[in-house]
Amino acid sequence: MPRSPIFSKLFGRSPVSSLQAHMAKAAECAAALDTYFELLFQENWNELANQYQEICDIEEQADELKREIRLNLPRSLFLPVSRSDLLELVRVQDEIPNRVKDIAGIVLGRKMQIPEPLRASFLEFVGASVNATQKSRSMLEMLDQLIDSGFGTHQIDRIETMIVELGELETASDVKQIEIRSALFELEKDMNPVDVMFLYRVLEWIGDVADHAQTVGNRMLYVIAR
Amino acid sequence: MGVIEEYSTVLLALSIIFGFFMAWGVGANDVANAMGTSVGAKAITIKQAIIIAMIFEFAGAYLAGGEVTSTIRKGIIDPELLGDQPELLVYGMMSALLAAGIWLFIATTFGWPVSTTHSIVGAIVGFASVGISVDAVNWGKVGEIVSSWVISPVLAGTMSFLLYMSVRKFIFNTADPFQSAKRAVPVYIFMMGYVISMVTMVKGLKHVGLDISFQQSLMYSFGTAGLITLLGLIALTRIKRVIESSHYDLINVERIFGVLMVFTACAMAFAHGSNDVANAIGPLAAVHSIVSSGGVVAQEARMPHWLLLLGGGGIVAGLALYGYRVMRTIGTQITELTPSSGFAAELAAASTVVVASAYSLPVSTTHTLVGGVLGVGLARGMAALNLRMIGTIFVSWMVTLPAGAFLSIIFFFLFKFIFGTG
Repeated sequence: MPRSPIFSKLFGRSPVSSLQAHMAKAAECAAALDTYFELLFQENWNELANQYQEICDIEEQADELKREIRLNLPRSLFLPVSRSDLLELVRVQDEIPNRVKDIAGIVLGRKMQIPEPLRASFLEFVGASVNATQKSRSMLEMLDQLIDSGFGTHQIDRIETMIVELGELETASDVKQIEIRSALFELEKDMNPVDVMFLYRVLEWIGDVADHAQTVGNRMLYVIAR
Repeated sequence: MGVIEEYSTVLLALSIIFGFFMAWGVGANDVANAMGTSVGAKAITIKQAIIIAMIFEFAGAYLAGGEVTSTIRKGIIDPELLGDQPELLVYGMMSALLAAGIWLFIATTFGWPVSTTHSIVGAIVGFASVGISVDAVNWGKVGEIVSSWVISPVLAGTMSFLLYMSVRKFIFNTADPFQSAKRAVPVYIFMMGYVISMVTMVKGLKHVGLDISFQQSLMYSFGTAGLITLLGLIALTRIKRVIESSHYDLINVERIFGVLMVFTACAMAFAHGSNDVANAIGPLAAVHSIVSSGGVVAQEARMPHWLLLLGGGGIVAGLALYGYRVMRTIGTQITELTPSSGFAAELAAASTVVVASAYSLPVSTTHTLVGGVLGVGLARGMAALNLRMIGTIFVSWMVTLPAGAFLSIIFFFLFKFIFGTG
């Protein structure tokens, strides 16, 4: 008879675990870039196409989670954090898989050639950006602890440390990008101008991944601050 | 006076059945709400909740349930006015029981969060004002009761807010939250034990026949609270820090709060028993006193103990036969509750309800607990609360009073027709 007793209606579903799942997807999507560029260097086009499909699938799953979070955040839900900050957080999180998909798409579509001397630092650059997304994923994982401890000082301190670390990772990615750009500048005269143009664009986008990761971290500060 | 003497057995038997039905409803529904937060926070299992509820509901009803029972029995209606027609009061109280019981049944079927207290008070006011006369109702007392329905959730909310703030300050924000929790939790247990035993001794035990002075109460409560705390300390020694503590000890700290929550669950059951058993037993007591005195609206008659026992038994029966299902639903549906926040809500609600019981005010345990939960939410201690629920509660409030009244008016005239007036 009693279908839904009062107390089960009183407690809403917290969006935190979905937010964490979304960020985990975003980071997973970014992490796929590591192998993606290795396959590109091997010119393994079949495998690369499979990998592209994989990235698209993850991106789609992230989109699905994003939609779910937005649908399950009615105004009547009383949260310890601001609803609009959460919505903004999921929006910036979602920029990561979107960007990763752009990168993977253009690389595959143009069968992009990356000059031999750049390849080692190119992989390092990708790795640096991926690291940044991993860091913001770890920050998101702190969110439920923050709530369970009533935003305890230990947890907030930890988040602040992680913000600094995230900033360092983003800088590392920037440094790599500058290094590759100047190396590319030396080589570009001997290359097809259109290829060079798109190569610069991909460099920019890989940098964007780290930028977005950092924005996620900053947004998280907005979420927990009061 | 003929009617009552003629039908005394039938009337009393019917009242007992209705009273038991009502108590059963309280046990089947309300208790599950009172225990739901503990089960939801995974501090106790459903089985443990039922055992705790059985013992402490009963104890609360028996030891501290007398004051509210007398309010329901003779506080809302002025029996003086009915001296020449005692059968009206008998019919009225029977109708009130039946009306409230049926209304609860309907509401439960549709999942509306109605309060047993509101139903019975609405029903009594209904039959008295329409069936007898508007002057028969002690409006001053009714006003007091209605304002207590507003005050009790607010009070519980304020208390739970402060309690949760204290948890954050004295436990989570310290250098070693695990050790701090071990130190602080016994203090919370002591506070809880003290409030409840003090209130029970000062106000409740009179009905059991024990008369102790205020000073004695102060001392005895200290002793009782000390004993309860000792139990808590023993239970706490079994909680060891799990070495793996990547989560800043939060898991270990919550295990300590889990112990505390077993105690607050007991307090909650006790408080609920002390307040809500009256909803079933108060009207029954009124009928009993009139029938057993052969038609005298006896203000002074002592309430027999077996009535409270019957009420307690009805609650336990409802809980055992049906309430566990409600509890299981609640337990599986509440997933976002931690012991550290749940305890604050429960402790605040239990204390508020016990104090209300002592002041003979029938309040809604469920609504008080909702107040407690919202208080913790305002202190940023809850992951997500559904505010739409407050609107639903308010609406069910607004509907329950007239619905209970309307049903009881119908039954009142029905009984009057069946048994006639003397």
